[in-house]
Formats: sequence, structure tokens, C-alpha cells
Amino acid sequence: MATGDVALGNPEPSTGTNSDLSGRKPVINDFSIQVATVNGSGSQSANSILLRSIFGMGIPVSGKNLFPSNIAGLPTWYTIRASKNGYVARKKDIDIVVAMNAETAKDDILSLPTGGVAVYEASFALEQYRSDVTCYPVPFDKLTAAVCPEARLRKLVKNMIYVGVVAKIIGLDMKAVEKALRKQFAKKQKAADLNWAAVEAGYNYASETFTKQDPFVLEPMHATDGKIIIDGNAACALGALFAGVTVVTWYPITPSSSVVESLIDLLKKYRIEPDGKASFAVVQAEDELAAVGMVLGAGWAGARSMTATSGPGISLMAEFAGLGYWAELPGVIFDIQRVGPSTGLPTRTAQADLLSIAYLSHGDTKHVMLLPGSVKECYEFSAAAFDLTERLQTPVFVVSDLDLGMNNWMSEPFEYPTKPLDRGKVLTAEDLTRLGGFARYKDVDGDAIPYRTLPGTDHPQAAYFTRGSGHNEKALYTEKPDDYQNMMERLDRKFETARTLVPAPVVVANGTSKIGILAFGTSDFAITESRDQLKNEYQFDTDYLRIRAFPFSKEVQDFVASHERVYVVEQNRDAQLLSLLKLDLPAGETLKLRSIRHYNGLPIDARSVTDELVLQEGI
Amino acid sequence: MATTSTPAPKVNRLGLPILDYRGGKTTLCAGCGHNAISERIIDAFYEMGVQPERIMKLSGIGCSSKSPAYFLSRSHSFNSVHGRMPAVATGALLANKTMQAIGVSGDGDTASIGMGQFVHLMRRNLPLIYIIEDNGVYGLTKGQFSATADLGSKLKTGVINDLPAIDTCSLAIQLGATFVGRSFSGDKKQLLAMLKAAIAHKGTVMLDVISPCVTFNDHEGSTKSYKYMQEHEEAINEIGFVPHFEDIAVDYEEGTSYDVRMHDGSQLRLRKLREDYNPTDRVTAVKQLMEAHEKGEVLTGIFYLDTEKPSFTDMLNTVDEPLATLPEERTRPSKQVLDEIMARMQ
Ligand SMILES: Cc1ncc(C[n+]2csc(CCOP(=O)(O)OP(=O)(O)O)c2C)c(N)n1
Ligand code: SF4
Repeated sequence: MATGDVALGNPEPSTGTNSDLSGRKPVINDFSIQVATVNGSGSQSANSILLRSIFGMGIPVSGKNLFPSNIAGLPTWYTIRASKNGYVARKKDIDIVVAMNAETAKDDILSLPTGGVAVYEASFALEQYRSDVTCYPVPFDKLTAAVCPEARLRKLVKNMIYVGVVAKIIGLDMKAVEKALRKQFAKKQKAADLNWAAVEAGYNYASETFTKQDPFVLEPMHATDGKIIIDGNAACALGALFAGVTVVTWYPITPSSSVVESLIDLLKKYRIEPDGKASFAVVQAEDELAAVGMVLGAGWAGARSMTATSGPGISLMAEFAGLGYWAELPGVIFDIQRVGPSTGLPTRTAQADLLSIAYLSHGDTKHVMLLPGSVKECYEFSAAAFDLTERLQTPVFVVSDLDLGMNNWMSEPFEYPTKPLDRGKVLTAEDLTRLGGFARYKDVDGDAIPYRTLPGTDHPQAAYFTRGSGHNEKALYTEKPDDYQNMMERLDRKFETARTLVPAPVVVANGTSKIGILAFGTSDFAITESRDQLKNEYQFDTDYLRIRAFPFSKEVQDFVASHERVYVVEQNRDAQLLSLLKLDLPAGETLKLRSIRHYNGLPIDARSVTDELVLQEGI
Repeated sequence: MATTSTPAPKVNRLGLPILDYRGGKTTLCAGCGHNAISERIIDAFYEMGVQPERIMKLSGIGCSSKSPAYFLSRSHSFNSVHGRMPAVATGALLANKTMQAIGVSGDGDTASIGMGQFVHLMRRNLPLIYIIEDNGVYGLTKGQFSATADLGSKLKTGVINDLPAIDTCSLAIQLGATFVGRSFSGDKKQLLAMLKAAIAHKGTVMLDVISPCVTFNDHEGSTKSYKYMQEHEEAINEIGFVPHFEDIAVDYEEGTSYDVRMHDGSQLRLRKLREDYNPTDRVTAVKQLMEAHEKGEVLTGIFYLDTEKPSFTDMLNTVDEPLATLPEERTRPSKQVLDEIMARMQ
């Protein structure tokens, strides 16, 4: 690496000498960088360029935005983790801090472990607080002024200086940086040139001033070849696009808004017909009650319809969700979970809507949930949700979270669907003539899924009455006990059919371990890493099952049955997944379940899982 | 041939007898205004010759909202949740804009729990006939005041309403509905003519129909009773409607009437009963409604009409066919599109 051979310029080098790495072993492709800025300062482009340049060097990388619920002025952090092993969960310790926010700079440097690195605005004089971390002070304002004559652009350009400084320190390939930067400013040549000048200014300053004294370096790999980078919400939008969505209704809420915003861009680009007309309709509704009402109205009339929301919106949708279940209406509802209760921490992540969605609404109601655990699954499950909702004639919830939805993740490219759209059991006028009529809510095929007709079917017997009150197989109003019970029991059997149609869990088992781990969604990243930690540090083997849907597939029960103890890992306080499992599993099996929970608003990390499991196991 | 035969039943221009426009037997109270409105809806669709299968009927919750069960049984029907029919109707029309849609609501359903949705429905100008069956009380929950009950009006129990009424017609006009009128369930002729014109309109038709609740609000002290309406109804215009399939016959004097050509080619003639009434002027319309209300009059007729403003479904510029049934080739982009998107993300 060419990083250790430059002249020293660190005024009060905390490591004390001018020598390379002070005898420490280099840490290659395995560390995290945290950039602390002010919300609204435009650091997003700079951070994304850092992330993409590491990716461009073939090194597995993940990025997490920790931002406040505020537009401008409050502190915000972006964390980039490079991991040669491909671990993409949040890493508990930060190795390198880039402190750009005067307000948090002191805390930022204090949060570093011994041996960490701080890059900061020189005037913050952070070297006074730590003698056990490497300090690289940079006169950002001076460097910015030199490359950016226009004062009003300096705030943005300043961020590119740290890209250059960090690039020099950790050995980022400048070709990869330039490529990422040019991509970022693809259609803005002038902006690209200006920003590139800033990156170079930072790089040159670091080259001339610092001798590398920390151990963190990057070396090219080939682990990202052919991979893409995308956030979960954009992946959901792509899934909906390729599922042939036609009606989209929404009410803005963090962190779900970008599902619909990305989708609108895609629809405008790919779903305008040659005559200029749209094969879709998007409506920004007046609230979530209206958004879900429109979804169900459109689903009833035969459209592939969806909305996206987060916890508070889910609460408002309760009454309609019950109607959707009982009147058997299709519609896809994306819930990008954030921290509750109430407004909670709107820009932090959690998995705490599980129970409320599972039984959303009054009476005996239950819903199908798909639980993606990666951006690829965001894509695949959103497409699958449209097939399932029409097949099952019931609302289907795709339950993602802020961590997955709003952060960038690497992934294998998405695959084009191999199966045609499943529009479910819809009878045409010809079918009705052949059958001589139909009973809307009758179980004809033994799978408890009835047949329906769409408004406009040109047959005198096509119409039926959809209502939230008591009805019989012919959709006629009734309050008869037998009719009600019959309907409720069929709906329960339909839920059993759903069990066989939803995505099956992913099981990673060696067949010898007595200990199992159960989890869903974004906990997957931490668990994958934690299992390695348990094995490497404690020689402790675990099996792992990742749940991908509710109702739970049969494999879940089998997995619990075949282990002595099963740790249910989730990101909420009340062990919501564990509660759902208790309701579903045979009583004897539930005694085996133990709980590991994480609920501070930050994405779950491997170390926390490992430590807790070790404690509970008494290893 | 001199054989006697039973005369063929009267049919409309589609060859359908009125029976094909009927619904189930009503379970509402005998004499409830809502039943009379159902009858007029049946007549209007029959006389206009609309294929029942081409109609979607939607409602919220309440006695009034039950009424879709009592007309047009060959039409698809959706009895949704309290106050939220506008959203369901919006979704349904987005899915299939080729359908004709009629929504029935109550004054409680609209002006209290559903006010938010009502307001947004009006401003969108969704092509929907929205009928408020307005009795000033909550019928189905047994007689509490609704937000359209007039200040000072009395319940059977003696309770006096001490809040001002919400005038749904003024609101609808201000918000952007393009066909706004009020009628009375007991005024067969006017209501039928208004409904026929409503069928010919493309955009939101908002009809507030005073519909006395015989069980809870048809007594001395109620301003939504049969008696009060008979004494205080003031028609602002006389409605002449000639459907597009009939010869247009002129039977009014020029200069006293206002002619409108409806979207389907039908002719609506509004003969002025009030000298200064112009149904295209929102300001006058709202002013007159407010003045009448002050005087304790109930104005009926078509208050406001705009046949130019594009409807919500027009504005969305969707393909001509229903979105609901577009084939996969037109809704799922090709593999090349996905490959192109994936390449950009590498
Ligand atoms: C969320 C909710 N709250 C309350 C009710 C109870 N409820 C049923 S009908 C109704 C009022 C109906 O009044 P209106 O719309 O005026 O119709 P009417 O019965 O007078 O025709 C109420 C409050 C309900 N069904 N749902
Ligand atoms: S209670 Fe009133 S509104 Fe309800 S059906 Fe009877 S008369 Fe009509």
C-alpha cells in the first residue's frame, strides 16, 4: 500500500511518533468509518461516494444513515463498514471518525476506542481530548475556499474535501473515487468538476501533511464484482413495478415515503404508453385511512393496488384492514417500520409493528405478512405480495424496516420474474354462463379461497354485495349463527392455505447443534456474524432459521422441535415474534423459546447478540 | 290475428324492464325518506337506459348507507366503513374508470366521521354521483343529532341542538364539486330530473337530499321533517332534462332559463325561479344558500354546475381501458428494462 510513505504533518500526533503504523499490524478491509455532520449540510453525496468507491475496489461494504427527525441543523451520522468477510450489520465500535460537526465533535472523538482515528476540522483542536487515538486535523474551510470561489457552494464542497483526506489515509483507489463521483453527478459536468477538485485538494493536503499512523487500510478485492447497490425502499418499488402494479395511493411518512417516490419515477419512465397515457394511477391521499380505503376499493374493482406507510399509518388503517380481511379484498400494504410507540423515534429503526399488524383491527382478524431480510427480498417479496393478495383475496403486508428501507446495501442483481402474474380466482362472463352463476364466498376448491367477479363483468349474475357486516356464502346479509361461524372457519382455513403459499423460511443448520436461533428481517445480518463469533470465539455451534412470513410455515415448528433451546432474536422490547410463535406452536415446544431483544433505535449488531447468548447459555 | 296476450312489460331503450333495476326488499322503516330516494334511483337509471352491470354502487355505514341493497341488484355493490366510502369509490374508479359510480351516504356518515374524505372527494372532482340522504340525525344508532341538524332544532326527546348546521352544498361548491344540488325525498319530479342529469354528468355530483327519518326526526321542532319541508321548500329552478337519446323539445320561454349540454349530449334546462340565479356562478350560489338558511328556507334545485372542469380520472390521463384488467404485457416491463436498471446500479 502506498499510504504509509508520506511526510508527517500531524501537529500533536497522539501516537507520538512519525513512524508508520507505530508497529501495529495493518487492519485490512475490516473497519468502520463514521462521518459526523450537520443535518442539511449536503454530506449525503460525499458519504455515498466514499461508500461506492470502497464498493468499486471490490470490498464488501455497507452504509448506514443515522439521522435526526429534523430538516436542518441537528447532528447526523453516516457509518460505512468495510468488511472483507462480507459482514454488513452495524458494527458496535467505530474505527475512524470524521468530525465535521462542531457541536458533537468532542463526543465523537471520545466515543472512539483506543487506537481509533479522528479526522476533523483543525480548529476543533480535538487532539486535546485523546492521546490514544490518531488525529488528522484538516483546515477544511481554507482548503474549500481555495477550490471553490463561489461562497454559496462552499458548504457542499467542503464535504468532498474529507472524501479526499479519507481516501488518502485509508488508501482508497482514486480511480474508484472518481468513477463514483462522476456517477453521482452524472448529468452535472460542472458540479462534478468542482467536487472532484475538492476531493483532490483534500487528497493532496493529506499527502503533503500526514504520515499514516493508523493501521486501517484498504486493498482491492473482487468480492463485489457484478453486485449492485440499492436501498430497500427502491427495491420494493422495483418489485411493485415488475409485479405490474396499477393503482398506488399513499400519505407521506418517514421512512416509507421513498418507496412511493422511487416507484413514481419508475412508473413515469417505464409505464407511459406510446400515446402518452399512463397504465397506472398514483394518488397522494389525504391520510392513511383514505390511502388504504383507495387500495381496497381498487383491489375490489380488480386493480393491483398498494400503499406504503409506517407505524402511525398502520394504526390508522386498522378499521379498513379488518374490512379487507372479512370482505376478502386484495391490496398490498408496505410497512417500513420505525420506532414507536406513537411518533416514537421517526428516523430510527425497529421491528416493533409485528404484533399490531398480525391482528390489525377488532374482532378475530389476522393478516398475512411477508418479512424481507435483504434488498433482494424486498424486491422479490413485493412482487410476490401482489400475487399472494390476489390469490388469497386478503390484504398482504410487506413488513420491512428503516434500516433496510433507507440504507444502501449491496446485493446480487435482481432476477426477472419467471412466473406470469397470478391474478387469482376471477370469473369472467363466459365462466358465469358456463357455471350458471356463482356464490361469492363459497369454498369450491377445498382451499378455502372463494371465487370473485370484477365490477363491469357483463353478466346478469356477476354482481354481488361486498360488506363488512354478516354475510353468507352468497354474499347476502345474515346474522345467523351458523353462517357467521361458517364464514369465520373458512377464513381460518384460508389462513392455513396461506401458510403453504408464503415464502418458506431459510434454514442454516449443520444438523448437530442443539441450539437454534430464530429471527426475521434485518436481524439476519447481525445473526450471520454473531454465529461466526460464537463459533470462532467460543467454539459454539448454532443452527439458524430465518422466518420470512406470517403465517409461519411448517418448517418453523420442525426447527423448534428439533432443537433443545431456541433463541428468538428481534428488534423490539416485548418479544413480539416470540409471542406470535407462542400462539402458533404446540404448547410443549414454546417452553424451549428464549428471547434476545434489541431496542434502542439503532440497528442490531452482532456483538450484542453474541454477548447475550453467551450470558444466557452460561458459556 | 285476434289472439289476446298479456301486454309485453314496458322496457327501456336497452330492452330491460324496470324489474332489472330493482334491488332487495327494503328493511328500512316504512315511510323512511331513504326508500323514496332508492325508488328515484331505480327510475333514473331505468329511464336513462344505463346497463346495470356498468354501475358500481358504494356506501358508508348508516340506514342510508344500507340502501344500495335496495336498488340495482345487478350492479356491483360495496358497503364500506363509516364515513370512508369516498376513498373506496376513488380506488374503484381508479381501477375502472369506464364504470358509472353512485355513492350513498348519510348526513352523519358525511358531515361528521367522514368530513375529511368528503372534502377531498369534492376537490378531486371524481366522476361519482354522491348522494347524502340527509335527515339531520343518526338513524341507525337511534336518533342522535348529526352535524347537519339546524341550530335550535329539537329531538323527539326534547333535546335542542345548540350547534350550527354544516351546509354540505355550500361546502361542495367551494371545494370544487362540479354539480351541486339539493332536493327532497318527497319531491319525486325534481329528484328524478336531478338524478337523470347527474347520470349525464362527468365529475362529482353532490346531491343533498333531505330525507326525513320517520322514527327519530319527523316531528314538530325538526327542520328535516316532511311537514317542515313541505312548508319551507323553495325551489330555485325548475329542472327540465332531455336525455341524449330523445328529441330535444323546447318548452320553456327563452330568457328565463339556462341551457346546459351535458357530457353525454343530454340537454339540461334550468328554468329560473329566482330572478338573479345563475348556476355557473359559485359566489351567488353560496350567497343565496346562506341567505336562505338565515330565513329558515330550504332551497332546492341545482345550485352550481360546471361541465368544463376535467374530472379526476381525466386529469390522471390513464389509458382508455380499465387499469384493473390491463394484460401483463402492458403492466410488467420487459427483462431488458430490469437489466438496464440493474446495470445502472452496479
Ligand atoms: C367507526 C364507527 N363509529 C360509529 C359507528 C356507529 N354508527 C353506525 S351508523 C352511524 C350514524 C349514521 O348516521 P347517518 O350517516 O346520518 O345515517 P342514517 O342512519 O341517519 O341514515 C353511526 C354513528 C360505526 N359503525 N363505526
Ligand atoms: S331509523 Fe330513520 S333513517 Fe333509519 S330507517 Fe328508520 S326512518 Fe329511516
